[in-house]
Amino acid sequence: MKLSEYPEIGEKLYSTVLPNGLEIRVLPKKDFSTYYAAFMTNYGGAHRRFNTDGRTVDTPAGVAHFLEHKMFDLPNGDNALNILSANGADPNAFTSSGVTCYYFQCTEGFEENLRMLLHFVSTPYFTDETVAKEQGIIAQEIRMGEDNPGMTVYYNLLKLLYDHHPIRDRVAGTVESISGITAQTLYDCHKVFYAPSNMVLCVEGDIEPELVERIAAGELPSERAEVPRADFGGKEGPLPAGRECREKAPVSAPQFLIGAKLECARGGEDALRQHLVSALCLRMLCGTSSPLYTRLYADGTLNMDFDYETDFSAGTGTVIIGGESRDPDRVLEEFSLEVERIGREGFDGEAFERARRASLGARLRGLEDFDNVCVSMAFGVFDGYCALDSFRVLETVTADECRRFAVENLCREKLAISVIEPAGK
Amino acid sequence: MEYSRTELMPGVFLSHLHSDKFKTACMSVNLLTQLRRETAAMNAVIPFVLRRGTTRYSDMEQLSRRMDELYGTAIEPVVRRIGEIHCIGFYGSFPEPDYLPGGEALLGQVSELMAQLLLSPATRGGLLLPQYVESERDKLLELIRSRVNDKRSYSISRCIEEMCCCEDFAVSRFGGEAEAENIHYKKLTRHYRALIQTSPVEIFYCGKAPNGEVVSALRDAFSTMPRSEIDYEIGTDLRMNALEEHTRFVEETMDVTQGKLVMGFRLGECMEEPDIPALYVFNSVYGSGATSKLFMNVREKLSLCYYASSILYLHKGIMLVASGIEFDKLDAARDEIFAQLESIRNGEISDGELIAAKKGVASDLRATMDSQGELEGFWLSQSLDGLDYGPMELAELIEDVTKEDVTAIAGSIECDLIYFLKGNGEEDRADEAE
Repeated sequence: MKLSEYPEIGEKLYSTVLPNGLEIRVLPKKDFSTYYAAFMTNYGGAHRRFNTDGRTVDTPAGVAHFLEHKMFDLPNGDNALNILSANGADPNAFTSSGVTCYYFQCTEGFEENLRMLLHFVSTPYFTDETVAKEQGIIAQEIRMGEDNPGMTVYYNLLKLLYDHHPIRDRVAGTVESISGITAQTLYDCHKVFYAPSNMVLCVEGDIEPELVERIAAGELPSERAEVPRADFGGKEGPLPAGRECREKAPVSAPQFLIGAKLECARGGEDALRQHLVSALCLRMLCGTSSPLYTRLYADGTLNMDFDYETDFSAGTGTVIIGGESRDPDRVLEEFSLEVERIGREGFDGEAFERARRASLGARLRGLEDFDNVCVSMAFGVFDGYCALDSFRVLETVTADECRRFAVENLCREKLAISVIEPAGK
Repeated sequence: MEYSRTELMPGVFLSHLHSDKFKTACMSVNLLTQLRRETAAMNAVIPFVLRRGTTRYSDMEQLSRRMDELYGTAIEPVVRRIGEIHCIGFYGSFPEPDYLPGGEALLGQVSELMAQLLLSPATRGGLLLPQYVESERDKLLELIRSRVNDKRSYSISRCIEEMCCCEDFAVSRFGGEAEAENIHYKKLTRHYRALIQTSPVEIFYCGKAPNGEVVSALRDAFSTMPRSEIDYEIGTDLRMNALEEHTRFVEETMDVTQGKLVMGFRLGECMEEPDIPALYVFNSVYGSGATSKLFMNVREKLSLCYYASSILYLHKGIMLVASGIEFDKLDAARDEIFAQLESIRNGEISDGELIAAKKGVASDLRATMDSQGELEGFWLSQSLDGLDYGPMELAELIEDVTKEDVTAIAGSIECDLIYFLKGNGEEDRADEAE
């Protein structure tokens, strides 16, 4: 395996790619009892239409998430979630628009648990009965999401920003869309998207890297499959499809999100750089120490329920800013004015250095978190960069790059706002 | 990891956990006081008011700027309720010198900033600034009112409120709305001064700096702290039995599509001399995690819900079982939740279930050693209980828990109140069908 050293942050990374195309990353971690493994496929809620064997296949909303639930069933009637839990591990999975990730954390029996993880994710077993039963459980999960104002305000924003990209739809689908899923749908999608060539395995813990490689080679199919191509529809235009959306729900105060879509870098270090520039730019524009946030916090427009992020998923990049405010429109106006001011004046040099220091501290903190390290590492593999290079690249980002990012992506006409207002007011 | 405890000044205790393995160090400072309805909101607002400005950094922008200079040292207000002890203060973490340019050590500067925040607020005429107090009062009110936004946690807090209606535990960590509305800067200043003088203080540090260095940095930083007679008379009132002879039932309607069932239990006489390892294992067997009886039966076997899990509030001696269900599944889910408890009472625990539960609990405890945030919470709780063993020792004790220990706990538990949040209007199809 190839060794890369990161002495400035005290990390070593081993990487390799198996003949079947599986990318493997191992971060040895001495002095910790925790082991963590994430096994991720480049397949999420947005991969609904795809090309395989020269034909185009359409699937209903919610298949990737449904598949995630059903993967834990094993042909002998066992359930991998139970087996891993019974062995003292803490297993789970998540599905986003762009990926599906299976992971576990444990302090004992790591090799056995890793074998089980690789085994169950590569062993499809579905029957019409188990699929029908799962429809009941997932319908409850979907209902729970419908009662969650945070999810409603989020998907309303995506529907404003995107004209047709499937990222607009709920990852779990709807009660209606999942009713069309059969065992065969799941088999088909598993075959196409769960080939090792479309996946990555990231491990962190006190483990010999070559052992991970041997276990993966032993558990997974050895042939290298064609990497599937998802069809997200034509290119989205630069402007939001809609500018604002308001809905009422039983909430105590208005919940809001302001967003903009980005033109994504092609991948590799350009993609990493875009992530870092975006994060630093947003930190300076509206982070908790920014003049904008502290002013709006002090005058009561904002409270502590406020955050920002840039989400890169299924070929999209979306800036999302928001939380709770008694006056979301004012936040949008003040944010737009701030972007215009930065466009004219640029970011202050000292403020930029402080933001970079704070970002370094936050990223060091992030390295303490097994989940964060493995998942961001896996995302990086799909986008062609190494997440640990963040520290090196951050050093080279300039204030003017951040200014340009703001002007090009966050100007007034690119922003949309989604608001949930208290019902009955 | 080496643990040591030092009394820095009267009633101010440092729990020092020496560890070389993290890239950041963490520090928390907590004032401890009795949770009471009359004062809870005032307690809760204090760290937020203090975080607005100090004598040296007079507003949030200056404070945040200072924290950014210290490599994003994030010192944020923390308000917790452990049993009926209210813990208010700050938590912060900062990079270890090895990972900073020039090997800069931040311990002294962070200790000083921590002390500034706690002891030297921006004042005028000796009083907390009215504009900061009023602004934070309004935000606290927004926070208290916002609990309705998350139906899962809302239903849990409503169940506690109803179940413990005659106890201080009914008060949330942020206090009540009416009391929050009455927060006034003059009264708050008096309350703050009294807390600073009389509250026991728990400081936690985990990182590379040796005990002596941390003790000296904190003694310097907190040297001006005024201390008078310390109020050690704080604690939690344990109620062993249900309030009424029959299990109470409280139902509430709201515009929701999924019902929330929360069942409140008293842990009963097993809390007279609580066997902590056995309680952990019981909770794991019954309702925590994917091998638990609630998950396996209420969710997996009967598909009654998306989630069904039990939560222990050990310091208060209660347990809640929370589940998200369709409106017409109330009876079925409730019966199954009771039936699973009954099966444990009857000793129906397989060896596999017991081993899985013990492994899960022991593994969680060992993993605590790898997270500073978890370690901080663990040791604060230990300090309140006057205990000095760490997660690894507790993990070893888990091995000795027997099936009989678990069965005995189930036998001691009694349901006190059932809370159900259901939809209104046309959503309520279930009732119409009946």
